[in-house]
Amino acid sequence: MLKDITLGQFFPGDTLVHRLDARTKLIWLLLYIVALFQAKSWWSYGLVIAVTVLCMAVSRISPKNIFKGLKPMLFIIVLTGLLNIFYTTGTPILPGWIVTWEGIGRAVAMILRITLLIAGTFLLTYTTSPIALTDGLEKLLTPLKKLHVPVHEMTIMMSMALRFIPTLIEETDKIMSAQKARGADFETGRLIDRARALLPILVPLFVSAFRRADELAVAMESRCYHGGEGRTRMKQMKLQSIDYLALIFGLVFLAAVIVLRHFGL
Amino acid sequence: MTVIQFEQVHFTYPGEEHESLCGVDLQIEAGTFVAVLGHNGSGKSTLAKHMNAILTPTEGRVLVRGVDTADEERLLDVRRSVGMVFQNPDNQIVANVVEDDVAFAPENLGVAPEEIRRRVDEALETVGMSEFKQHAPHLLSGGQKQRVAIAGVLAMQPEIIVLDEPTAMLDPQGRREVISTVTRLCREKGMTVVLITHHMDECIGADRLVVMSNGRIVADGAPAEVFSRVELMEQEGLTVPETTRLLYDLNAEGLALPLTALEIDACAELIAEKIR
Amino acid sequence: MPELRIEALTHVYSAGTPFQKTAIENIDLTIPQGQMVGLLGHTGSGKSTFIQHLNALLQPSSGRVLCDGKDINADKYSRRDVKWQVGLVFQYPEYQLFEETVYKDIAFGPKNHKLSDKEIDERVREAAHFVGVDEALFERSPLELSGGQKRRVAIAGVIAMRPGVLILDEPTAGLDPAGCRQILDNIMDYREKTGSTVILVSHNMDDAARLAERLIVFDHGHVAMDGTPEQVFAEPEKLVSIGLNVPQPSAIAMALRQRGVPLEGSIYTHGQLLRAVLRAKEASAC
Repeated sequence: MLKDITLGQFFPGDTLVHRLDARTKLIWLLLYIVALFQAKSWWSYGLVIAVTVLCMAVSRISPKNIFKGLKPMLFIIVLTGLLNIFYTTGTPILPGWIVTWEGIGRAVAMILRITLLIAGTFLLTYTTSPIALTDGLEKLLTPLKKLHVPVHEMTIMMSMALRFIPTLIEETDKIMSAQKARGADFETGRLIDRARALLPILVPLFVSAFRRADELAVAMESRCYHGGEGRTRMKQMKLQSIDYLALIFGLVFLAAVIVLRHFGL
Repeated sequence: MTVIQFEQVHFTYPGEEHESLCGVDLQIEAGTFVAVLGHNGSGKSTLAKHMNAILTPTEGRVLVRGVDTADEERLLDVRRSVGMVFQNPDNQIVANVVEDDVAFAPENLGVAPEEIRRRVDEALETVGMSEFKQHAPHLLSGGQKQRVAIAGVLAMQPEIIVLDEPTAMLDPQGRREVISTVTRLCREKGMTVVLITHHMDECIGADRLVVMSNGRIVADGAPAEVFSRVELMEQEGLTVPETTRLLYDLNAEGLALPLTALEIDACAELIAEKIR
Repeated sequence: MPELRIEALTHVYSAGTPFQKTAIENIDLTIPQGQMVGLLGHTGSGKSTFIQHLNALLQPSSGRVLCDGKDINADKYSRRDVKWQVGLVFQYPEYQLFEETVYKDIAFGPKNHKLSDKEIDERVREAAHFVGVDEALFERSPLELSGGQKRRVAIAGVIAMRPGVLILDEPTAGLDPAGCRQILDNIMDYREKTGSTVILVSHNMDDAARLAERLIVFDHGHVAMDGTPEQVFAEPEKLVSIGLNVPQPSAIAMALRQRGVPLEGSIYTHGQLLRAVLRAKEASAC
């Protein structure tokens, strides 16, 4: 079950979206999010959905994979929807009912917004290798280095974290099975008992994570890692004309949503 | 030519009382395959970690191609010429894609991008992992991960490769893959290989076998010669190959066979001649 | 003391997804009480999946596992109870140690069983004794111990549940020869004193040949070979074709026979090889 978590997963491919520079895709995601939060009317939501579907089609990421990624968030999505249904005042759908037409509208809008937000993020991580992603982030944030922000250190930490997520998930599965074999019970009992039942998993997991971190640091130093200074990259980032086109398309998209909003649509 | 030289090296881990290395003298010649055997806690891993300045001696000195490993100015020179492969394959792979991981060392060294690409392709070719270059490392088998780790070290173009119990966590298939890979590095590419292990069968193909115990070198010589000292090996909590064991026990029954045959065929040949 | 019966056991991972994979298929086995079984097979042969069915950590996709005639997956109570009858020690079990002291960690299993403090104490001491963990270590943190000691504490944690069937997945992985010998001796000692069934998963053919009464070889999710060591090692070519090694003495015996040295009987241990060679020597001298 833990293995089903798709966060940070990358599906290698050779589509137009895969070939885009990571920076382009990061900026695109930013534009997309701004557009999403500017969307007010069904027209503008329709536009955002159309663009999302277009991106999915071009990148050949199946909707199934996006929905699989949404699963862990389902609870939050449903909860947000319910809260909006019940806590929005307006015209009741039937006289005397607490549920209002406005409530339903807002619930649908909120669910759409969260789903699209997550879908957009997944499109980025599914089509961009984590290394390219962190490299892109580092490049984009380079100006902050002047302000003594440790950009390289932050991004390398991020890529290490991404690298070790599958390893640690696998390890958690193993520790859980081992403790179950010793009669540990993770499924029943009161909340407090269940929280306590997590200790036999968390303690070994932390111990092992620290040991891994230690060994990894030695291994990195052995391979001449000495910070970001003087590092080169095998995969050079170069914006191609396709990247500029994509960025222009992104800006037009955002502008369209803003214009729609301006006209109250 | 001597590439690694230990001169009266003593080492004590901080906060510990007893010495982990007690006056080790050792010279490793270029292009040789040296196996270091010893039980847990014999000091063999501590010895390995002195070869690329992860540890530096508390007394005495270690020279790598003439450079003192304690000289911090030359740290990168030492690490660049001595590649290290560790026990746990998961904890030395830094990237999510095989080829990005192999590129890590040359990137750190500031090598030009086209040259990195060339080195990465060559290193993966050498360890036979080219077809996996786009794969995620966590989906590979243990033996494959260790070969990626070896490729990651080769991309630095070191003259010496030190492997610290690289097979301890692998299944027999993985062990075979790793041992045949490093043997090839020595025989075909002329690299100096130092293999730390507690599996005696991995030492059979080495040029030289060093046995460690309690921070000291207790035996040093050709594998056939060292293994023939059966009593010493057993006293050190180590085993000898079944071939040596058989010849040794047959001699106890008065057969008077030389103890030099480590390979199964050579051993069978010796016995067959005697009996026929 | 339980008998294990495995009937038409099949396990399919991620059924109904593109990643669907049949790990084991249609396994039928009976393991009588007290047997010493060596379970062999290379990585991915299905043996890990198989052993996790024996104490209901995994549920069959189809087929049944019976412990003393009762289906261990009948309901959640039987799934829980079987954990006390069938103890499973995973590979690198030291990575599951978590308590502040060695004593508490060994006591974790019995405590989950809701035993009295007195009984827990008795079991912890007994288990520690079986694996040679000195009581002087009881109040130490398990994290301070050496690798071999940690491994033994972890095994004690399972033995403390007094399982009638003890399954160990590669209990000697990563240990040096002295450490391996010690752990295997402890396990044989436990079996002798308690009469428990022991299932030893191993890559080491020489250990399996030396210790087991029965060898079960897995290949591609099926039982490829099942018999006494004598029967299994009588077919070295089959073992090699599965990708497994033969014990070193068998390999030397094969090489000698190829060279025309007449060796009698089945040979898979050092003692057998030595005796056979000496007999051949005497015969040729006559």
